[in-house]
Amino acid sequence: MMELFEMMLTTGLWASVIRIATPLIFATLGELICERAGVLNLGIEGIMTIGAMAGWIWVYQGGDLWGGIVFAAIVGMIFGFLHSLLVVYLGVSQHVSGIGITLLASSISYYAYTLLIPFSTTPPKIVPFSVFEIPILSSIPVIGQALFHQSALTYLSYILVGVTFFVLHKMPIGLTIRMAGENPVANEAQGINVLLIRTGAVMAGSALMAIGGAFLTMSAFDAFYFGMINGRGWICVALVIFASWKPGKAFLGAILFALFEALQIRAQLIGADVIPYQIFSMMPYFLSILAMMLVARKATYPKALLIPFRQGDRI
Amino acid sequence: MRIKTRRNAPFWLIAALPILSIGVAFIIGAFFILWAGESPINAYIALIKGSLGSTFAITESLSRATPLIFTGLAAAVAFRAKFWNIGAEGQLYCGAMAATLVGTGMIDLPAPIMIPMLFIAGAIAGCLILLVPVILKTHMKVDEVVTTLLLNFVILLFVNMLLEGPWKDPMAMGWPQAARIIDNGVLPTIVAKSRLHLGIIVALLMSVLMWAIIRFTVWGYEIRAVGHNQQASTFYGISINKSVLMVALFSGGLAGMAGVSEVAGLKGYLTLTLSPGFGYTGIAVAMLAQLHPIGVVISAIFLASIYVGADAMSRTIDIPNYIADILVAISLLSVLVGAMLTRYRIVWGK
Repeated sequence: MMELFEMMLTTGLWASVIRIATPLIFATLGELICERAGVLNLGIEGIMTIGAMAGWIWVYQGGDLWGGIVFAAIVGMIFGFLHSLLVVYLGVSQHVSGIGITLLASSISYYAYTLLIPFSTTPPKIVPFSVFEIPILSSIPVIGQALFHQSALTYLSYILVGVTFFVLHKMPIGLTIRMAGENPVANEAQGINVLLIRTGAVMAGSALMAIGGAFLTMSAFDAFYFGMINGRGWICVALVIFASWKPGKAFLGAILFALFEALQIRAQLIGADVIPYQIFSMMPYFLSILAMMLVARKATYPKALLIPFRQGDRI
Repeated sequence: MRIKTRRNAPFWLIAALPILSIGVAFIIGAFFILWAGESPINAYIALIKGSLGSTFAITESLSRATPLIFTGLAAAVAFRAKFWNIGAEGQLYCGAMAATLVGTGMIDLPAPIMIPMLFIAGAIAGCLILLVPVILKTHMKVDEVVTTLLLNFVILLFVNMLLEGPWKDPMAMGWPQAARIIDNGVLPTIVAKSRLHLGIIVALLMSVLMWAIIRFTVWGYEIRAVGHNQQASTFYGISINKSVLMVALFSGGLAGMAGVSEVAGLKGYLTLTLSPGFGYTGIAVAMLAQLHPIGVVISAIFLASIYVGADAMSRTIDIPNYIADILVAISLLSVLVGAMLTRYRIVWGK
C-alpha cells in the first residue's frame, strides 16, 4: 500500500498519466460535441485511426508537424461530414452508420498505409513533437513537471477543454448546438437550420477525434501500427457518458482513466510473474464498463440523441 | 430539402437494393484501385476469377461465407429488436473457447453426438457472455453498444492469455495455439479436396430456423414489435426486458456457433487469428440482407466472395487486400442510404 502511495507522488507517473490522457481528452471532447448536438458518432474508432495514419503520413512525406495535425483534422472532418450526410440529412440509424464509418475509415487507413509505405519488419519512424516546457508553471512540485513538461499538443488539449466549455455553455452558438440535441423543434421555431448545426457539430467533433488519433503517431509514439487505436475510441464513448456530457468532467474522467491505465502498466511490470499481463490489460475496458454502471441510472442523455430531425417535424 | 414518407416501395427495388449497393461500392472502389496505379477492370476481373472462377475458388468463398452467415444472423436478430449487439466478434471467440474446452479431450463421443455437443457448448458460451451487457442494460440502463464493443477486447485478451498460458499446445512449435479438436469433433468436409465443411449446412439450417421463428412464432412477433415501437409493445403487454433477453440469447448463441464452426471446421484449433473481424463484417451482412434471415445467406456469400477474390487479386496484382474491407464498408453505407430511399423520398425545396 505504501509503495502505491509513494508511486502516486512521483512525477514520472503523472507525466505518463497526462500522456495517456491527451488523446482521450481530444476524442472525448469530440464525441461530446457530436452527442450534445444529438448525434451519436460511433465512427470515432475509425476516425481516430485515419487521423493517426493521415497525420503521420503527412510528416513522413516531408510535411511539417502542424501541417500533419491540420491534415488529420481535415480528413476527420470529411468522415464527419459523411456521417452527418447519412444520419443528419437522411436519418439512417446512427449506430449502424457509425460502425460503417469506423469500418470504412480504418480500412482506408490500412489500405493507404500498405500502399504508400513499402513493407518492412520495423515500421518507419518520424521525428515526433518534442517536449516543450512552460517556464514558471513547470516548477510547481510533482504536478508542474507532469502537466507542463509535455508536447504542444497536450497544451492544445487543455486549451480545447476550456474552449469547448466556453463555446457550449457561454456562447449563443453553444446554446443552439445543445438545443439541437435537446429540442430541435424549438431550434427550428427560431429559424435555425437544425441540420446545418448538427452537421457542423459532427464535423468539428470528428476533427478533434482525428487529432486525438494523430497525437498517438505524432507525439506519444513515432510510427503507425495496425490496430493501434485498440478500442480507445469506444472508451471515449463511455467517458462521455461518465462525464455526463460536460467538458470539465470529460477532462477529469480522461485523467482518472489514464491514472488507472498508467498504474495498470506499472503493475504489469511488477506482477508479471504472478499474474498474466493480459489480466492487467483488461482493466481499462472493465473500468470503462464500471464507469458507465456508476452513472447509468442517473445519466441524462441529450433528449434528441439518436432521433433524426426532419424539417417541418412537429414534436 | 425535405424527406417525405413513401407509401409503398416496389418489391423489385427492395430486392435490387443490395446489388445496387455493391455496385456503388465497386464504382467507388475503382478510384482506390486507380490510386494504387492499377486498372480497375483488370483488378475486378482478377477478383471475380479468384472468388468464382474455379470449383476451388467457389468452395473457398462458401467456406468464408460460413462464419459470416452465423454472425450476420446474430446481428440481424438483434438489430430487428433494436438491440445493438456489436459484440459478435467476442461472442465468436467465446464459442471457439467452449468448443476447444469440450472438444480437445474432455469427452470423446461418436461424431453424430460430439459435433452437436460442440455447437451447443459454443452457443451457450456466446449467450452467457452476452448476458453481461443484457443484464447491465435491463437492470442498470447501461448502453449495450459500448459494453458489447468493450467486451470484444476483454475476450480477445482472455483468449490470448489462455493461448500463452494453460492452453498453449506444446506440440505447436512455440506458436500460440490450442490443441487440435479431436477427430470425432472435427466437422467433415462436404466437397472433396476443399475446405468447405459441414458448418455451412448448420449455418443454412440456422438461417431457415431463424426465419421460421421470426415469421411464425409469438417470440418472433414480439421481437419485431419491440423493434418497431417499444411503447406500443409495452402497452400491448410485451415485456421489453424479456424480449431483449430472448433476442440476446439467439444473437449470442449464433455468434458463438460461428466460433465453433471455425475451430472445429476450418482451422481445427483455436488461435488469435481465428477471425479477421467476422463479427464486424456480420453487421454489413445483416444490413445488406435488410435483416432478413434468408437474405443473410445470400449477402454473406456475396461479401465472402469479395474477401476471397480480393485475397486472390492481391497475390497477382499489386493492390493491398484491404480493398475488400473498403468495398464491404462502402456497400454497408450505401445500402443504408438505399434502404432509406425506398422508405422515404427526398423533396427538394420547401
